[in-house]
Amino acid sequence: MKEKNTVSPRPSLWAIGATISRRQYWLFAVTGLLLPLVAWSLLTAGDWIDPVFMPSPLRVLQRFQTWLMDDDLLRDSAISVYRVGAGFLLSAVLALPIGLLIGAYRPIEALLEPLTDFIRYMPAVAFIPLVMLWFGIGESAKISIIFIGTFFQMVLMVAENVRGVPRAQIEAAQTMGATRGEIVQLVLLQSAKPAILDTLRITMGWAWTYLVVAELVAANSGLGYAILKAQRYLKTDTIFAGIVLIGVIGLLMDQAFRWLHRRSFPWLHSKG
Amino acid sequence: MANVIIEKLGKRFGAATHTPAALQDVDLRIEDGEFVTLVGASGCGKSTLLRILAGLETHTAGRVSCGGRPIDGPGADRAMVFQHYSLYPWLKVMENIKFSRQLRANREALTSADVEAASGRADALLDLIGLGKVADAYPNQLSGGMQQRVAIARALMGRPAMLLMDEPFGALDAQTREVMHDLILHIHRVEKPTIVFVTHDVEEAIYLGQRVVLMQPRPGRIHSIYPVPLPAQRTQDMKHGAEFRALKHEILARIRESAGVNTDQDLLERLNLAGTTH
Repeated sequence: MKEKNTVSPRPSLWAIGATISRRQYWLFAVTGLLLPLVAWSLLTAGDWIDPVFMPSPLRVLQRFQTWLMDDDLLRDSAISVYRVGAGFLLSAVLALPIGLLIGAYRPIEALLEPLTDFIRYMPAVAFIPLVMLWFGIGESAKISIIFIGTFFQMVLMVAENVRGVPRAQIEAAQTMGATRGEIVQLVLLQSAKPAILDTLRITMGWAWTYLVVAELVAANSGLGYAILKAQRYLKTDTIFAGIVLIGVIGLLMDQAFRWLHRRSFPWLHSKG
Repeated sequence: MANVIIEKLGKRFGAATHTPAALQDVDLRIEDGEFVTLVGASGCGKSTLLRILAGLETHTAGRVSCGGRPIDGPGADRAMVFQHYSLYPWLKVMENIKFSRQLRANREALTSADVEAASGRADALLDLIGLGKVADAYPNQLSGGMQQRVAIARALMGRPAMLLMDEPFGALDAQTREVMHDLILHIHRVEKPTIVFVTHDVEEAIYLGQRVVLMQPRPGRIHSIYPVPLPAQRTQDMKHGAEFRALKHEILARIRESAGVNTDQDLLERLNLAGTTH
């Protein structure tokens, strides 16, 4: 007997580990981003909340515009991006080779990892007085704070990335006659590269956190400084605008890293 | 002349003397061009023995040499094929096969004729493993069986005197394994490397090996060595022959003895009882 009207059951969106279409993904993503915005608008729509306490989204947007037109938003952003970039780059340039060596050679691991672990637990913020003593309040002070906040974490994470290289990849190279240097260069580094790029992406986020910390304490320009100044004059809309802007710049950088990941490692993204 | 000579070989991990040795008093000679398989219950030291031959593990007693030279460390004359995760996923199939060409050990005193010959060899190996069509694919685009074929070709690229294989087909399904068996036998006939092949699959050990070395655990040692009573040219239907089945039966019985699994009736009843009272 022929069965009619049998429709194969649609797989549930809510099954554990379900696959969902790109459209559905974006639908949820946009909803997730819009919901807080809507809640924020509703909260500030009436006048039972003092705008000094929480300004409306529209006011923040207007503040963006005046900041951009009259108050040099671009200069503030540029100087902040420069500080993050410099501190982060300095961290990366030193952390990559050191992490690679720690991951590759056990004696170097024993020599440096406990020390790095120790320093990592010292709060970077606590170094601010010392940094100001040593570097004053110039650019090098802010870059130093970002460096202290990211470098030690980065070393440990890169070392872990390198240790994550499958043993068989290393041993295969050994039985093909590779020297230690060749294994580090041709196997460890190549194999760990995607994980290392992810480490850089994650530590970039932390660099932004320390930027604001550094600018809150010792600066006379930049987004963090603008936020601090706004607090002094109760310009809550500027505080909101500054925070949102830092979030947007961070998101853009994160996306740039993801794009670089897809471009650099086609072998990871070309399954099937 | 024996290619590999193993005398009174012993291996202990760490300084612990109260645990049984991983290997103890292992004596074995492997002829040039021979195909030897190692089987045994887990913990019998078959993989440790293979890794000592590869130079990836050190021994703590006795002597081991390959081609008259004592083994101390890995070398390109003894290539190894692992169970998995040994291919370089960032390199395409052909680049994986040619990996050893970029190593200094192979670049010294190279004439352009050598380079050309190497390139020809890589092409020939690719044809041998039947993957000419996917030379530009990445490993994660291939099936498990295809990946292992690439790993074999890569190991053969440097013309190693020995091919060491550590359960290379252990993660493959039964049909793919049979195809791989005939491929590796074919390679052995064509290239004539000495092959030492570790497996836990007795049928695989008999079908591939000219001799099957049975090992037993606690301490890891050789139990017995069985010459395989099959002609050099193997075919799948030999697996159903009386001699094949008898040898398989014999080896499996010896492994069961040494594995020490308790099939005591009282114990099984106690297990059952414990299961039903709750």
